[in-house]
Amino acid sequence: MQASTAHLAHHFESLEKQTHAARLGMWLFLATEVLLFTALFAAYGVYRFLYAPTFSEASRSLATWIGAVNTVVLVTSSFTVAMGLHQAVHGRGRRTAVLFGISVLPALVFLGFKYVEYGHHFHAGDLPGKYYTGAIPGVGASIFYTLYFLITGLHGLHVLIGMIVLAVVGALAWKGRFDATYHTPVELAGLYWHLVDLIWIFVFPLIYLI
Amino acid sequence: MSPSRSSSEASGPPARSYLDTPGTGLRSWLLTLDHKRIGVMFLVAVTIAFFLGGVFALLIRLELLTPGPTVMDAMTYNRLFTLHGVVMIFLFMIPAIPSGFGNFLLPIMVGAKDVAFPRLNLLSFYLYVAGALVALYGMIHGGADTGWTFYTPYSTTTVTKVVPILLGAFILGFSSILTGLNFIVTTHTLRAKGITWGKLPLFVWALYATSIIQVLATPVLGMTLLLVAVEHAFGWGIFDPARGGDPVLFQHFFWFYSHPAVYIMILPAMGVVSEVVQAFARKNVFGYKAVAYSSLGIAFVGFFTWGHHLFTSGQSAFDAGIFGVLSMLVGIFTAIKIFNWTATLYKGSIAFTTPFAYFVGFLFFLFFGGMTGIALATVSLDIHWHDTYFVVAHFHFIMVGATVMGFLGAFHYWFPKITGRMLPDRWGLVAATLVILGFNFTFIPQFLLGNDGMPRRYFSYPERFWALNVASTAGASVLAFGLVMVLVYVVVALKWGPLAGPNPWGSRGYEWMTTSPPPLENFEGTPVFDREPHDYQDAADEASPAMAPEPKHAS
Repeated sequence: MQASTAHLAHHFESLEKQTHAARLGMWLFLATEVLLFTALFAAYGVYRFLYAPTFSEASRSLATWIGAVNTVVLVTSSFTVAMGLHQAVHGRGRRTAVLFGISVLPALVFLGFKYVEYGHHFHAGDLPGKYYTGAIPGVGASIFYTLYFLITGLHGLHVLIGMIVLAVVGALAWKGRFDATYHTPVELAGLYWHLVDLIWIFVFPLIYLI
Repeated sequence: MSPSRSSSEASGPPARSYLDTPGTGLRSWLLTLDHKRIGVMFLVAVTIAFFLGGVFALLIRLELLTPGPTVMDAMTYNRLFTLHGVVMIFLFMIPAIPSGFGNFLLPIMVGAKDVAFPRLNLLSFYLYVAGALVALYGMIHGGADTGWTFYTPYSTTTVTKVVPILLGAFILGFSSILTGLNFIVTTHTLRAKGITWGKLPLFVWALYATSIIQVLATPVLGMTLLLVAVEHAFGWGIFDPARGGDPVLFQHFFWFYSHPAVYIMILPAMGVVSEVVQAFARKNVFGYKAVAYSSLGIAFVGFFTWGHHLFTSGQSAFDAGIFGVLSMLVGIFTAIKIFNWTATLYKGSIAFTTPFAYFVGFLFFLFFGGMTGIALATVSLDIHWHDTYFVVAHFHFIMVGATVMGFLGAFHYWFPKITGRMLPDRWGLVAATLVILGFNFTFIPQFLLGNDGMPRRYFSYPERFWALNVASTAGASVLAFGLVMVLVYVVVALKWGPLAGPNPWGSRGYEWMTTSPPPLENFEGTPVFDREPHDYQDAADEASPAMAPEPKHAS
């Protein structure tokens, strides 16, 4: 039995329709993810407007080079994920698995940098709300760090989930579960990873640059 | 209905329905991936929630029977109205029609064997259960006293157990998102051959519009509730002005979801009555496209009206005016629907059954609630009515009255399809009369109270409001009695109700083309959809109940 027929659920008439459904469902899910972050970005925008000088001062106190390196790291891993999908389309599961494995490594680097950064904030007292004992005066700074930890924390959680997804799908690809006609999980895992990347593309300028 | 009833009793129920395949054990239900069983489980769960919320409502009305303290202290009262709101909105009204009836009917109505993602569907049910349990934990350990709107900064500083209730609502939101996502994908990809977008039943159109709101608005609410929970639990500054936060930002976030959520509650009910009115007026709906597209219109405009909750929160007069006008656009789309439904009745052959009675109730509540909504969207009038019982009565009319009418109408209309048995129509009409009258007697006094200046959420009130409060409590008792009556005859009918046969109403809806209860994969064989749903004009001879095919007659 081909992998393609084995993966057809009983309520779909063809694999094509099933893939279409999975893709549409994934895009809708990604829309909900974007909206989840949108609330935080909107809050960031409002408080940036209310506490403009404090926010830009707090933003400048962050290590821009870490944010920049992390951006490069994530974009690189997105590229290798895209290459992995390209291999899957041609039915080369092993190569997909290797490329997905390679993509997980930059994600680890990303989280490592984040760990270093968080440790620095803890030492400096740059913490949210009532725990704030940092150097920048004004109530706006504690709000900045509330939003900083919420946004980067939620994004970090997504990176972690994305790594697990890539690892699992990569393992399945290694075992030869996919072929040229059926590789929907590879595609969906890639979409998710690109979204995690894309959100960071918005986080980086908001928090580090402006 | 007697001809089909007597014949079906003799032949017995269809042998293999979803109720006995693959099995009847508890395990086969709890682990099922069948959309019909998941729908039924949702219906049971939301009915329990409805009962719980109703008990809270009765306790509130009992306390308000006299001007001073009646049976409880002020703190208990604050907790009760909060829990009443939370349970009724998040556990009953939002999931009731989409997750319950929608799950059962949407795949059948598009000729599919199941929803697109059956596992996500089951996950949605268990997220509902988990959210309900977390919220219940919060209720048992003291409940919250913030009101269901969780306004900051009070909600971030209150000593009551607001965090588990916030987290419960957060989890319930994901249940709602998954159901909406599933419905959108199902409608796009699983329509059977012959069912084009222009031939979708109107209930499906309404669910589709609802799902868009569920998917696009709920994440924002989820994040907002999470922010309040984080601020309350860890003291991170977000909304509390004492920590530099902006409490009005919370109101914007909250209503960005919670106003569209009103349409999550009402749109499915509109879909239900669109089906009911056609079946019992024996006429095609007047203006199919207008009814279908106005659902999408409401879903769209609903995203731009949230500011009308902030007329007195320091919003600029310009913003308030804009939001007032945008809110009135909803009235236009709703009016399109009301005119089309009433035009459908014109020269129809009306069968005044229980579902039709709820349709009539729906029309009244929607119209009256909608018109008071237009009045409230007028900024100058809202300044007078804001935070009074006028608002309470308005939103109970429009979202509770109309949604409960839709829910009960759906329940009576589709009960034969879901269970294979008939409900007693006469008892149904008696109960419907009690429910509709009771609802009016509960909330019409509250319109008057609000207009006289009685503020909402207060534990006691001056003696001049006494008489109308007694009237309202009396009305609530009648309403409760009517609902208990429904519960009693439903339980009796589940066991002893006469068998329905595939199409007891002689309806031309697609879902009546299969047996009652439907088989595991919804249709025996491949159904042919060569006609529009509810094509009464083209099929006058087939449409009478006596002519409906008898179950198992051919075999």
